[in-house]
Amino acid sequence: MAETKPVLMQGNEACAEGAISAGVRFYAGYPITPSTEVAELMAAKLPELGGVFIQMEDEIASMAAVIGASIGGMRTLTASSGPGFSLKQENIGYAIMAEIPCVIVNVQRMGPSTGVPTAPAQGDVMQTRWGTHGDHPIIVFSPASVYETFYLTIAAVNLSQKLRQPVIMLLDEVIGHMREKVLIPEAGKLLVEKSSDNVPADWKPYDEKGLTPLVPFGFGHYYHVTGLFHDQYGFPTGDPPQVERALDRIHGKLEKYRDEIVLTNYIGHKEPRVVIIAYGCTVRSARAVVKKAYWQNRLPVGLLSLQTLWPFPDKEVAAIAKQADVIIVPEMNMGQIVGEVERYACGNAEIVPLNRYDGEMISPDQISELLGRWL
Amino acid sequence: MSNRQEVLLTGAGGQGLILASIILAEAAVNDNKNVVQTQSYGPEARGGASMAGVIIDVDTIEYPKVTKPSVLLCMNQASFNKYIPKVEESCIIIVDSTFVSGSYREDYKITALPITQAAREQLGREVVANMLALGAINAATGLVDREIFRESIFKLAPKGSGELNQQAFDLGYRLFNEGMGQNLGISSQTPQ
Repeated sequence: MAETKPVLMQGNEACAEGAISAGVRFYAGYPITPSTEVAELMAAKLPELGGVFIQMEDEIASMAAVIGASIGGMRTLTASSGPGFSLKQENIGYAIMAEIPCVIVNVQRMGPSTGVPTAPAQGDVMQTRWGTHGDHPIIVFSPASVYETFYLTIAAVNLSQKLRQPVIMLLDEVIGHMREKVLIPEAGKLLVEKSSDNVPADWKPYDEKGLTPLVPFGFGHYYHVTGLFHDQYGFPTGDPPQVERALDRIHGKLEKYRDEIVLTNYIGHKEPRVVIIAYGCTVRSARAVVKKAYWQNRLPVGLLSLQTLWPFPDKEVAAIAKQADVIIVPEMNMGQIVGEVERYACGNAEIVPLNRYDGEMISPDQISELLGRWL
Repeated sequence: MSNRQEVLLTGAGGQGLILASIILAEAAVNDNKNVVQTQSYGPEARGGASMAGVIIDVDTIEYPKVTKPSVLLCMNQASFNKYIPKVEESCIIIVDSTFVSGSYREDYKITALPITQAAREQLGREVVANMLALGAINAATGLVDREIFRESIFKLAPKGSGELNQQAFDLGYRLFNEGMGQNLGISSQTPQ
């Protein structure tokens, strides 16, 4: 880890390494395929670093333990897959409401229910957005390589701390389990943001004026933590103006930092006729197609890959829809992000879903074949 | 042939194929190549079908799954029956004749070597059959520099078993070269 030298690393390992690099020292979880390697590596490494690894009795308790450790001032991580991620939802909502930072990893497998444990899928996209109830904000990252997993996990920890907001790392089985060559930067070269250095004298846990750092319990400030709507000191309230302000507050911080949160990447033709919008492992197939179609054959094709799924990259999609005639949205589900793409394309481009849900990756050939209809 | 080399290791769970694929991938990284390793297996730790893929390229690797294997290893009959119809004639195929019986199709380049049997009889440990298979594959393809490969095996093998695993790797080389010399187990249309 110390030197910048190419290493062979697995996606799940990169997630754990990224978390550790970003200062995560507490992990609570319940192992589940295909996320188990995250827990394995945290179990092996955290004790040496003075951190804590706890295998809890289930996923509900894991999420609760993570929230508790976060209020205590630690940077925290938990990892699971669909069935366990479902169990975490109630407490994720609590963390959002109480503004407690934490990073939740969901390495997607084929669902619903216990599904096919070892098969890849991208069926939890909407669950990451609306899995917990109420009108809540959420940040979701979806890496397309082992390296992206590493640095997006670091970004997830940083943003989570800065905004006091749970962040979800949405991997899929392919990215979680594949190993590839990566160059990992030295520990000192990473941007790891410190959170609560500057605490104002009149600190309030949920200040109406805006974002305040989290002061851990037992560090000289009294406050109350609840899942109920609360005033700026954390005490429950049902007063309509305060309720509305509180909801605006938790949404407002994501809007304010939108450009730091929403990450996308475009490759391909400057004036594309057909654009592929993809995320997670599907980006890999799409990139193979664009490489051939654009870099080799100079066809008017492009790829917009989404590292951030939520908040949805609305501006980016709207802009690309104005340029392209056709947008292809390959997903390993029955169509989830495609609805959002349609929403922000505003009828400016024809939206074509490409769905696969048999537990296999979408292949470059499948995308090429579809692409061929317009070229 | 493009630079992209796709290696498919197939057999039963418990034969060490996923570990073999990780070691091959690690060796390729140490040899300064781009690598992606993937795997597919059932929920069981032993038995069941196991498959691991390693893609080695000088270029960046986008699609991570093996589609056109340039090398196929079959460590049991079930995997042999399953994967042979899926590969092209140019694919280098190595089968463990301990578990896979002929007759082999003559339009393919099939090298049958008693991999597990040799590990058991000559090294006293069946469990190193996977490293023996890697030796045979590398002898057939020269995918990775041999010395770098040996060092990678030593580094990744469980403590105290580095040398045994290297011996198995070397035995794989020998088996392949002897097989080529005596035309042992090689289907008749394989170019000499």
